[in-house]
Amino acid sequence: MKFTSLLASAAMALGLATSAMAEDKTKVGFVFVGPVGDGGWTYEHNKGRLAVEEEFGDKVETVFVESVPEGPDAERVMTQMALEGADLIFTTSFGYMDPTINVAKKFPNVKFEHATGYKTADNVSVYSARFYEGRAVQGHIAGKMTKSNVIGYIGSYPIPEVIRGINSAYVHAKKVNPDVEFKIIWAYTWFDPAKEADAATVLIEQGADVILQHTDSTAPQAAAQEAGNVITFGQASDMSEYAPFPRVSSIIDNWAPYYIARTQAVMDGSWETVNTWDGIKEGMVEIGEISDSVPADIKEEALAMKAAMAAGEYHPFTGPLKKQDGSDWLAEGETADDGTLAGMNFYVEGLQGEIPQ
Amino acid sequence: MIVLEKRPQPSKAWSYATPLVAVLATMVCGGILFAVLGKNPVQAIGTIFWEPLFGEFAFYYRPQLLVKGAPLVLIAIGLSLGFRAGIWNIGAEGQYIMGAIFGAAAGLAFYPLDAWYVFPIMVIAGAIGGCLWAMIPAFLKVRFGTNEILVSLMLVYVAEQMLASVSLGLLKNPEGFGFPGSRNLQSYESAHNAELIAGSGMHWGVVTALIAVIFAYVLLNRHMLGFHIRLTGEAPRAAKFAGVNPARLILFCLGMSGALAGLAGMFEVSGPSGVVSIDFNVGYGFTAIIVAFLGRLHPVGILLAGGLMALTYIGGEIAQSQLGLPAAAIQVFQGMLLFFLLAFDLLTNYRIRAARREVA
Repeated sequence: MKFTSLLASAAMALGLATSAMAEDKTKVGFVFVGPVGDGGWTYEHNKGRLAVEEEFGDKVETVFVESVPEGPDAERVMTQMALEGADLIFTTSFGYMDPTINVAKKFPNVKFEHATGYKTADNVSVYSARFYEGRAVQGHIAGKMTKSNVIGYIGSYPIPEVIRGINSAYVHAKKVNPDVEFKIIWAYTWFDPAKEADAATVLIEQGADVILQHTDSTAPQAAAQEAGNVITFGQASDMSEYAPFPRVSSIIDNWAPYYIARTQAVMDGSWETVNTWDGIKEGMVEIGEISDSVPADIKEEALAMKAAMAAGEYHPFTGPLKKQDGSDWLAEGETADDGTLAGMNFYVEGLQGEIPQ
Repeated sequence: MIVLEKRPQPSKAWSYATPLVAVLATMVCGGILFAVLGKNPVQAIGTIFWEPLFGEFAFYYRPQLLVKGAPLVLIAIGLSLGFRAGIWNIGAEGQYIMGAIFGAAAGLAFYPLDAWYVFPIMVIAGAIGGCLWAMIPAFLKVRFGTNEILVSLMLVYVAEQMLASVSLGLLKNPEGFGFPGSRNLQSYESAHNAELIAGSGMHWGVVTALIAVIFAYVLLNRHMLGFHIRLTGEAPRAAKFAGVNPARLILFCLGMSGALAGLAGMFEVSGPSGVVSIDFNVGYGFTAIIVAFLGRLHPVGILLAGGLMALTYIGGEIAQSQLGLPAAAIQVFQGMLLFFLLAFDLLTNYRIRAARREVA
């Protein structure tokens, strides 16, 4: 290998790559943070990938790499996909943000889609789902169902997405049950069954009889099942193997329509940078079946709330709401704007504890 | 009947041959594993070992081997010094994290000052960070006789908490919309550990790793201290008679391995990674233990082993995306490598003989 060829610029690399792959198949790459069998977050993204394959059949080829650490390794995996001729790459975790931007700079003809981040570029779109709408439904059910008035919450990382979920669940639990108290544990992982199970067990020992999780594995469900009298909600995926009890409902991320639409856009040449944030209305967030462990009247109220959000009549963050420090946030009838929600870094009034700093 | 017979002298030939035999055995058994998973084993093994070096896109992967291998070699060199003397630093991962935190913090403190001395200060800070973290188990061992394996390992988890804390607080990017993680050092020129020649993968961490290899080689073969290290490991009693001061040796070995791990973390955070984030560490400190043993605790061996390990990582990713191999299968493959190495290591000290037994 001559030294000069080591210096081959990335632009040249791109030229080689695209000419080598000048067939009409559209190649779509996926970078996953967990294993495709996690039963939660990555599992649903992979279902979206399979839906793309099913939709387009021979016209598309998908590739994926799972359990990719967030950092330089992710950058290499993305570069590798781009070199091998991917036309569109979905990077499905917050921590892939800077790597995605770096790689996108080197491959201006490849389109990138980064989930849950905020940095865009000419060839980088971002997309996320309004999970907090689902959290509102969960909070309502949790507030009504809890007997100990202690609700346990397994947080992953204290980023706005997770804080939003905690606030939304708390607001709606509090609304139906003024005595309710949230206990929050930060697991600092998206996927670690052992840590998640430990967190669930600790929360149950502290008296929680409802566990909400913002981590990706089913381990907290298993821990609740063992405890016997604790209810849970599926996270990211339906987790229906734990229904009807302890899992009484779930938030399901449905990425398939988005992935199909974006792949279609690349095929048509109509792909543009977008900032997508869809919720129940658009079908990106779904509420898994509310099981019969939930009394009929509570189930009805929950479904009514879901219907109101789907119709655009109800916003989970509607005033009057105060911040944790007692300062005013939203006036009577006012709803939160997307900018504040996107960067949410405060608790609402009534939540105990501090966001880790 | 097969018996193991202890060799009077460890076999020189086998000590060189075992790494190669282990790699071959890993290829064979890994191939069987891949075949069971329904993949073409020859193609899979070929992809892992061939693609990164000689494949179509080798011009990209070869520099990446340096990027991936350098921190492994740098950490493993430090660890090998202690391992030779029977001082077991298992917590390089924590020292790596602390080096990154110290290094990045030093750099960010100067932000946005544009000056040549920012980066050298970061390098020193990184080494100090790792060294200090390793001095905790060293001091506790010297002073109170605690077990350095446990203390250094436990301190990894403490370091991870510190990492989460600074990502969320002290070093959080003020322009990051409340998201955790520091400013990206890649876009702060004075603090950026950039490639020395664009596209070559050569950054200061790679250079330092190579220097560390040479330094360790000279130390072990030409210097009194190196002799003491080897002597303590091979014949502790003789070392005592030779006047080796065990406390000094412990402080030196742990401190040096900590400093090198800290440097690795610092070069990583200011270069390939760019940001201090909660998930910054990806296990280099633990993988380096495998690299150290795979390289027979010899500096040159470690250099080769680091390259091999980097190869399996990068080749493994290629195999995942090209052939659809699951990530877990690649991890099993890497695990086999260490397993076979340890298994065949037996042959260095023992020989297998077919013994005939008299039947009554």
